[in-house]
Amino acid sequence: MPFNLLVLACLAYVAFLFTVAFVADRRAEAGTLPWLSSPLVYTLSLSVYCTAWTFYGAVGYAARSGLEFVTIYLGPTLVFIGWWVVLRKLVRIAKTQRVTSIADLISSRYGKSSLLGVVVTLICVTAATPYIALQLQSVALSFSVFASDTPDGWHLPDRDTTALWVAGGLALFTILFGTRNLDANEQHHGVVTAIAVEAVVKLVALVAVGVFVVWIVADGPADIVTRIDASRLAGWELVPGRWAGLIFLSAAAILTLPRMFQVLVVENADERHLSTASWAFPLYLAAMSLFVVPIAVVGLEVLPDGSNPDLFVLTLPLALDQGGLAMLAFLGGFSSATSMVIVAAIALATMVSNHVVMPLILAFGERKGTEPGDLRRVVLLARRLSIAGVMALGYGYYTLTGGSGALAATGLIAFVGVAQILPAMLGALFWRGATRTGAMLGLGTGFGLWLYTLYLPSFGQGAVIAAHVFEGGLFGLGWLRPEALFGISGMDPLLHALFWSLAVNTLLFVGGSLLTFPSPMERLQGARFVQAFDQSGPAPGWSRGQAEPEDLLVMAQRILGEDVALAFFQANARAQGKDGYLPDITPAFMNDLERRLSGSIGAAAAHAMIAQIAGGASVSVEDLMAVANETAQIMEYSARLEAQQDELTRTARQLREANDKLTQLSVQKDAFLSQISHELRTPMTSIRAFSEIMMDEDVPPELCARYAGIIHDEAIRLTRLLDDLLDLSVLESGTVQLTLRTASLRDMLDRALQAAGSTRPERDFALHRDGQAEQVTVSSDIDRLTQVFINIISNARKYCDAEAPALRIVVRRKGDQVQVDFIDNGSGIPKPSQALIFEKFARLTDSAKAGGAGLGLAICREIMQNLGGSIAYLPGQGGAAFRVVFPATLVLPIGGPA
Amino acid sequence: MKPPRQPVFVAPPIYRSRRLRDAARFVPVLGAVLMLLPMLWAPEPDGARSTARDGIYVFAIWAGLIVATRLLSTRLDEDTPGSGPDED
Repeated sequence: MPFNLLVLACLAYVAFLFTVAFVADRRAEAGTLPWLSSPLVYTLSLSVYCTAWTFYGAVGYAARSGLEFVTIYLGPTLVFIGWWVVLRKLVRIAKTQRVTSIADLISSRYGKSSLLGVVVTLICVTAATPYIALQLQSVALSFSVFASDTPDGWHLPDRDTTALWVAGGLALFTILFGTRNLDANEQHHGVVTAIAVEAVVKLVALVAVGVFVVWIVADGPADIVTRIDASRLAGWELVPGRWAGLIFLSAAAILTLPRMFQVLVVENADERHLSTASWAFPLYLAAMSLFVVPIAVVGLEVLPDGSNPDLFVLTLPLALDQGGLAMLAFLGGFSSATSMVIVAAIALATMVSNHVVMPLILAFGERKGTEPGDLRRVVLLARRLSIAGVMALGYGYYTLTGGSGALAATGLIAFVGVAQILPAMLGALFWRGATRTGAMLGLGTGFGLWLYTLYLPSFGQGAVIAAHVFEGGLFGLGWLRPEALFGISGMDPLLHALFWSLAVNTLLFVGGSLLTFPSPMERLQGARFVQAFDQSGPAPGWSRGQAEPEDLLVMAQRILGEDVALAFFQANARAQGKDGYLPDITPAFMNDLERRLSGSIGAAAAHAMIAQIAGGASVSVEDLMAVANETAQIMEYSARLEAQQDELTRTARQLREANDKLTQLSVQKDAFLSQISHELRTPMTSIRAFSEIMMDEDVPPELCARYAGIIHDEAIRLTRLLDDLLDLSVLESGTVQLTLRTASLRDMLDRALQAAGSTRPERDFALHRDGQAEQVTVSSDIDRLTQVFINIISNARKYCDAEAPALRIVVRRKGDQVQVDFIDNGSGIPKPSQALIFEKFARLTDSAKAGGAGLGLAICREIMQNLGGSIAYLPGQGGAAFRVVFPATLVLPIGGPA
Repeated sequence: MKPPRQPVFVAPPIYRSRRLRDAARFVPVLGAVLMLLPMLWAPEPDGARSTARDGIYVFAIWAGLIVATRLLSTRLDEDTPGSGPDED
């Protein structure tokens, strides 16, 4: 197999991946990428879990330890089968809180703490170094296989150079496709598509080698079983601690590995893809694991003793002259290594730029040069440098550890490192009592213990930790030996590190959380995270600060770029119904802005930047209330409904009363009209009748005169009635013209008595007056007032039924009110009728005898009302008595009488 | 006014969907137990375990879990939109 052909194939493959990523990015920007929303691509991208460790290292692991290799895939299987419990919540929270990395998740949950973000980033970067080194090692190894005739060809220095070239190439690819722009969601569609393609290549390659081994080299599955039983691998040792511990560890790793978080959570486009991935991803894992043991067994048979089992996947086809298959296997291995490195580098670079670089920039205040977009450039530069830095660290670890360890063992070191994040993460998702202090303590001690018991010893005794420490413990304390803490020796080093680091981590996390009190922000975020499924939407997190929209716009332009920021602000302004580019600073807008910015620079940094401008993000009472239970909202709503109902009932009742009154008035009006027509018709009938008679020829003159007299009387009566009606209507409508005059009450009474004297002149009334009291000067409408007196006295003359009729007139002065009583000695007016007599057309006795229309007292009442006084019946005086009260001096209001 | 209480008796479809979710929570536990079961088997008298037999066991359980999850996920997909409160 010519080496140059190999290199050419590699470069062609990389170019192919470039093209795929490029096209996918373009299509995604244009929005025409239908298969990006397919759950298949999502599931394939998850395969980035299977790195060169799986492709090469699994066979080596199987050859050394039997079936134990399968634990690395059983853990993730269980996590995905149980997606409903953990993964679903994780994805939901990340979507609603716009989480961009695992450090972002932890930092955001525990009160948007920048410090926690830094710690988690540090853990992830440190744990990634062995992992990246392992990929470089495997690629270098696979190159070396082809470079010489013997399976373990090149000597180390050349291998190191290969690894350097590979590291450099990968860094370049990642920078080119991972950091082209800042996506608000931190999604990299081109990269995800390229990863999916690589997943297919990986699977096809491994399965091809497997199929080759099972059906071509051996004679089918039954033969394989026989071969297994006959080989060195017939019996294997299940170490219970390792079996359970590694299943647990791999389950923890699938949740906490930065690259897994990136493809699983951040790049997730649709929550429903999870349900497909829940069975499809375990299926992928099973397919990748299925042929591992057969390949190992056949490799042990065919290849000479002492060959590196890690490379069986390559060396077996080569040994059996299958050049094409070997090439395919090589590309598969290459794919698995490169996909891991690319995604991991992107994830780590995002974390470093959002949680380390941005806070540093903020801490040092505003930079010089405020052209729009310069902050974006800084962020992108930070990311590129981080990618290069991470690759350099990985390469450094590779050279320091000599690149000779078993691939699987190196990978497990990284697993234990990231597993330290697990307690804090599970607490973030499920426990409202988890606090920042607890998380800090747990993460810190877990990280430290991991470093001491596993990471640093991996460099070899004496490299970082002095050899004597391994024997005698730290500071000579025996119970602080890196591989035998607290005197528990004889434990497998991996399990030992796993146990101690996680146990102390969890203990301090739980203890710290229970003993400390969280800040309001922590509690708010805690409720939002843990109750992610109950909430209909996130509540606004900003109380109205003193931010100027222009300041916010300037800041947003620096981060999002001028066009994007302006478009965002304009859209918000329009949503608020405003023209122009500056919306009002409402909590909803600030919240939206924070979310948008956190897509680019991380939640903690976005929060801090807005806080700088808005002058503090206090958690207001409204925030806390908004997070409260739905029950409280329901109660409030129903109380409001009750109040509305009460109001409606009241309104209905008022409407009913008004309707009743209107109906009554209508009835009264009808009665009035019928009465009038009756009253008018009666005299008219007489007039017509008698004038008809008089039109006859033979009517004697004395009858004519009499009839003419009757007609005359009736006409007068009619006229008087019409006058009264007109008067009444004028008085009632309040348009009466009052003429003010001054006169003495005595004179008025004299005149009234004289005028009324023509009523029933034959009756002789005895008059009782008090001359002294009547010396009152009245300034009012004298004629109207006198008219009232005339009416009353006439009534007395008409209706008083005593034998010797007498009329008493009593005058009293009360302040500026004058009170005149007219009391006769008749039988008075019975109680039921006392209110009735003031109504129109009300007559208590036979109308003919009364001689009037019954309007007199009604007119009196209206007049008195217009003069600012009153008239009323006075009971208990022995006869009919009327009291007239009026002000001595009438004050007319401007604009006419009241 | 007292807060609205969870009804004791719910309609059969809601009951079914809640039991479906319970099944989704139970299957991983079952899977974990089954996968850890090999720890309990006593090895052969000569102290070695059969790779072939254990291998077949592991992959058989694996396939079974995948099929069970496939069935559950399909049912959950149809079920999820708007089917009442999430948690019991």
